[in-house]
Amino acid sequence: MTLAATRDVHVGVGRRPRFAVIRFPGSNCDQDAVYAVKRTTQCEATYVWHATADLDGFDVVILPGGFSYGDYLRPGSIARFANVMDAVRQHAERGRYVLGICNGFQVLCEAGLLPGALVANIGCKFLCRPVTLRVENANTPFTHTYREGQTLSIPIAHGEGRYYCDAATLERLQRHHQIIFRYAAETDEYAPANPNGSLDCIAGIVNEGGNVLGMMPHPERATDIFLGSADGRLIFQALASAFCGAPTEPGH
Amino acid sequence: MGLNDGEYASILQTLGREPTQTELGMFAVMWSEHCGYKYSRPILSRFRQYREAQAAGALENAGHIALDKDLGIVFKVESHNHPSAVEPFQGAATGVGGILRDIFTMGARPVAILNSLWFGDLDDARSRYLFENVVAGIGHYGNCVGVPTVAGETHFHPCYRSNPLVNAMAVGVVPLRNLAKAAATGTGNPVIYVGSATGRDGIHGATFASTELNEGSESRRPNVQMGDPFLEKLLIEATLEALATGAITGIQDMGAAGLTCSTSEMAARADVGIEIDVRLVPLRDPSMSTYEIMLSESQERMLCVAQRGREREVLSVFERWGLHAAVIGHVTTDGVVRILDAGAIAAEVPAKALTDNCPVYHLEVRERPPIESAPRPVPEPLCAAGENDASGALTCGSALLQLLGSANGASKEWVHTQYDRSVQTQTVELPGSDAAVLALRGSEKGIALSIDGNSRWCRTDPFIGAQLVVAEAARNVACAGARPAGLTNCLNFASPEEPARFWEFRSAVDGIATAAEAFGIPVVSGNVSFYNETAGEPIWPTPVIGMVGILANPDRAVGAAFQRGDNGGQLALVSAFPAGAGPVSCGEYRSVICGDEGGPLPLIDLEAERRLFELLVAGHAEALFASCHDCSSGGLAVALAECCMLGRVGAAVVLRPEPAQTSVAARLFGENSGRVIVSLKNEAGLARLQQLGEAHSIVVEWIGTVGGEVLRVAIGAQTAFDCAVSQMQAVWRRAIPAMMIRAQAPTSASECVGAR
Repeated sequence: MTLAATRDVHVGVGRRPRFAVIRFPGSNCDQDAVYAVKRTTQCEATYVWHATADLDGFDVVILPGGFSYGDYLRPGSIARFANVMDAVRQHAERGRYVLGICNGFQVLCEAGLLPGALVANIGCKFLCRPVTLRVENANTPFTHTYREGQTLSIPIAHGEGRYYCDAATLERLQRHHQIIFRYAAETDEYAPANPNGSLDCIAGIVNEGGNVLGMMPHPERATDIFLGSADGRLIFQALASAFCGAPTEPGH
Repeated sequence: MGLNDGEYASILQTLGREPTQTELGMFAVMWSEHCGYKYSRPILSRFRQYREAQAAGALENAGHIALDKDLGIVFKVESHNHPSAVEPFQGAATGVGGILRDIFTMGARPVAILNSLWFGDLDDARSRYLFENVVAGIGHYGNCVGVPTVAGETHFHPCYRSNPLVNAMAVGVVPLRNLAKAAATGTGNPVIYVGSATGRDGIHGATFASTELNEGSESRRPNVQMGDPFLEKLLIEATLEALATGAITGIQDMGAAGLTCSTSEMAARADVGIEIDVRLVPLRDPSMSTYEIMLSESQERMLCVAQRGREREVLSVFERWGLHAAVIGHVTTDGVVRILDAGAIAAEVPAKALTDNCPVYHLEVRERPPIESAPRPVPEPLCAAGENDASGALTCGSALLQLLGSANGASKEWVHTQYDRSVQTQTVELPGSDAAVLALRGSEKGIALSIDGNSRWCRTDPFIGAQLVVAEAARNVACAGARPAGLTNCLNFASPEEPARFWEFRSAVDGIATAAEAFGIPVVSGNVSFYNETAGEPIWPTPVIGMVGILANPDRAVGAAFQRGDNGGQLALVSAFPAGAGPVSCGEYRSVICGDEGGPLPLIDLEAERRLFELLVAGHAEALFASCHDCSSGGLAVALAECCMLGRVGAAVVLRPEPAQTSVAARLFGENSGRVIVSLKNEAGLARLQQLGEAHSIVVEWIGTVGGEVLRVAIGAQTAFDCAVSQMQAVWRRAIPAMMIRAQAPTSASECVGAR
C-alpha cells in the first residue's frame, strides 16, 4: 500500500470552473462526485439530468459511477443514446474536459469518445477493494498535480472493468502516452496487482486530444484519510487549477 | 393453502358466508405465520417496545432511534431463508430489496446493508452452490442500488445444509420530522400504486415461507420473486422525492402478500377501509386473475395514500423516474378491504379480520436441560516453539492454524470483496474491525453497526446463548467506540409446532429481552422465521442480533489491526470478569479439533458487560487506543492472530500462569465473554486505561507489545506457540478460495452481470 501523504494543491485565484455531474437514472455515485468536487476544490458542482440536451456554461463534465440504466445488457450501452450524450460529445469536441469514472468510463467507451471496451472481470465477480495505481502520464489536465511514477491508493468497485482493445489501438495508446493510470504491483500476495485482468494493466486512458479521461477506480472515494486514502483529491484539484493558473503547494 | 379447519370456520363466521377464492387466498397469506405471527406474537410481547407499540397500534415497517436532535436511524433485519434455499441468487437478492423497502418506506435514505449467512459445510457441493449464488445475489442487488454492504458474518455447519439462512439488515437515516407513516389516513383520499408492474412471480410466497422444506420444494421456484435492483434504485429516489412534497399521508411497501398485505394493514392501522379495482393495477400480463393480482409478490412496488387533489404531484414524480404510477382506488369509512374487478366485487373483507384478528395460538413447550458435552475428553495441545511437534502431536501452534484455516475461522474477504462497501463515501475504512463505522454526512456523529449470531451456544442453552449473542453484538459496536443504542433481531428457528423447538424459540426471546433490558438497549424491530427444517432435520436455534451504536468522532475510529511503528506498542487485555477455571468452553476449538459441539457455555455477567462498554466508549473518547478487538470465536489466540494479520505485524504476549487448574486450551482458545484486546497509543495510555478500569470495576492487565514478524504467546515462562504472521496469513486468507475452487462455474449469465 502507498502511504505517501498526498498534499493538497491550492486552486489559484483565477476563474473557478463549473462542474456538471450527469445523473442517469441508475447513477449511484453522482452525490459522491458532487460532494468530492465541492470539498476538494470549493468549486460549484451541479447535477444534470440525463434528458438535458445542453451543457453550455459548464467547464468540466463528470460521468459518475453506477448502473446507468440497470446495465443488464452491457454497461453504458443504453446510456450512449441518452439526450445528454450528444451534449457531452460536443463538449468534448470543443476541447473541454470530460471525466468518466467507472460506469462513466464504460459509457465513454460505448459512446466512442474513448477507444476500446470494458468487459467482465477475470473470475466473473464484482470486486471492491483498494488498488495501487501508478501515474503513467502527469502531463494532462487531470494529473498535472501528480508526479509521473507516483503510486496512489484508490478503491475499485466494478464487475466489468477489464480493459480490452485490439493490438493497433493498444500500440496507439502507448505511443501517444494515452495510458494515464496502470494497476501497479501490490505488496499483498493474495490480491493480484492487476485485479480484473485488464490489458496492459490499464486502469485509465485519455483520448487523443487529452481532454477526455476514463478510469475504473473511484477517486471521489479517496478524498479523506478516514475513507482509507486521500490520494484522489488531486484529480479534482488538477481540473480546477487548470482554470486558475498553475497549482501551488500550500504554504504554511 | 395452509389454513386449518378451525381457521376456516372462523372465516365463515366473520363473513357470514362462504369466502370467494380471492378472499380465501387473502386469508391464507395474512393468517400465515410469516404475515400474521400467529404463533410468535404472544412470545414477542416479551420485548417491551413490541408490547408498547402493539398496544398503541403503532407497529411500523421498521423501528428507529434518535441519532441527534434532528436525525433518526431506521433499521431492521429480515430473513429470506426459504426462497434462498430453492433459488439462491434471486432469493438473496430479493431479501436485500425487501429490507431496503422497509427502510425507505419510512422516509429514510438507506445508508448501509449488513448480512448474516449460514450454510452447510463447504465440502458439500450443494452448500457451495448456495453459498456462491447467495453472495452473488446480495452483491448484484446491493451494488446496483448504491447502498454499501458494510458488515456481515458467514457461518458453516451441516445443520444448515438444506436450510441455509439468509438474513439481511438495512439501515437508513431520516430527519425525525419527516418520518413517514404506514396508515391510510383520510377518507376519500386516493390510493396510489407505484413501482414495477404486477406479474405472476412470488404468488403465495408467504405461505411457502410458513412450511417446512421437502423434496417438492424445488418445484416451488415460481414462489420465489425476481428482483430488479435498477427499479429499486429508481423507487428509492422517487419515493424520497415524493415524500418530500408532503402530499403523501401514508405509504407502505409491498412485500409478503403484496397488495393484500399493504391494503389491509394500511386500512387497519387507520381504522378505515380501502376500495381498489384490480383492473387499474399496472399488469405484466392483462390475463391475470383477481386472485393472482392480489397474491402476487412482484418486487419493487409500493402503495401510498395521497391527499385528495394532490395526486398529480405524486404521480408526476414517479413518472419522471420512469416508474408505473396509477390511482387504483380510495380510502373508505367502512373498515372493509373491497376488491373490485372491472367494477364487480371480487372480495369484501373487514381489514382487521385479516390483520389484528389473525388467530393467535399459545403453543405448548417442552423444556430440556442444557446439552452436556459428549463424554470424550478434549485434547490438551502441547506447548512448543514453532508450529509442529515432530511427533505430529497436537501443539498450540498447529491448533491455531487449524482454527484459522477452518471455514468458520478463515478470512471472509472472498465474500466481502464482492460487495461495494464504499459507495456513498461514508464508510470509515477500518481493516477487519468488529463493527462497521459510518461517518454520516449531515451530522457530526456517526454510527457503528454489527450483526451477530452463535447457534452453537443457543443449541446448548438458548436462554444463556441468546444473552451471550446480544452481549457480543453490543461489545462489537463498543469496540469501535460507540454506545450501543438499539437492536433488531432475526429469529431463525425450526417448526414452532414441535414443543421442544418452540421452547428453544421462547427461551431465546427471553434471553434477548433479558440482555436488552440489562443493557438498556431498545429492541426496535425484528423478524421471525420458522419452519427451517427439512425431513425432520431442524436447524439449530439461530437468533441473529443486529446492533446500532452511536459515536461522537467517527473519523477518528480505530479498527482491530495492530499498528506498525512506534505508536501502538503496548497491549492490554480488558476483561469484564475473571474467566472461570475448568475445561475449554463450548466453541470453535472443540468443534474443529475434535468434532465436539457441546461443552460448558462461557459465563455471562450482563452488569459487568455493561461496565465494559462504558469503559471502551470512555477510552475511545480520550483517544487512548491504536486498535481494539473483541475476543470471540476461537478465543484469545485467534483474536491476537487476527490483530496481527490485519496489521501485518507480530506481537510478543505473556499471559499470567494462573488460574492453575485451567487447561492450556481454555487459556488460549476458550471463548469467555467480555474480553477485549487493545493496543495503546503511548505509555501514558496504559496508566490511564488502568485508572478507567478501576473506576468501572473492570480488569485491565498488560499482556505484551506489538512488533516483529511473529506472534509469540507465552503462559508464564513457557512459550505456548510462535507463529510467523506470514504463515498465519497464508492459511487464513487462502482457506475459503481453496474450498470454492472446486465449486461449479457460474450457472447463469446473470451472475456475470453488474459493473459500474
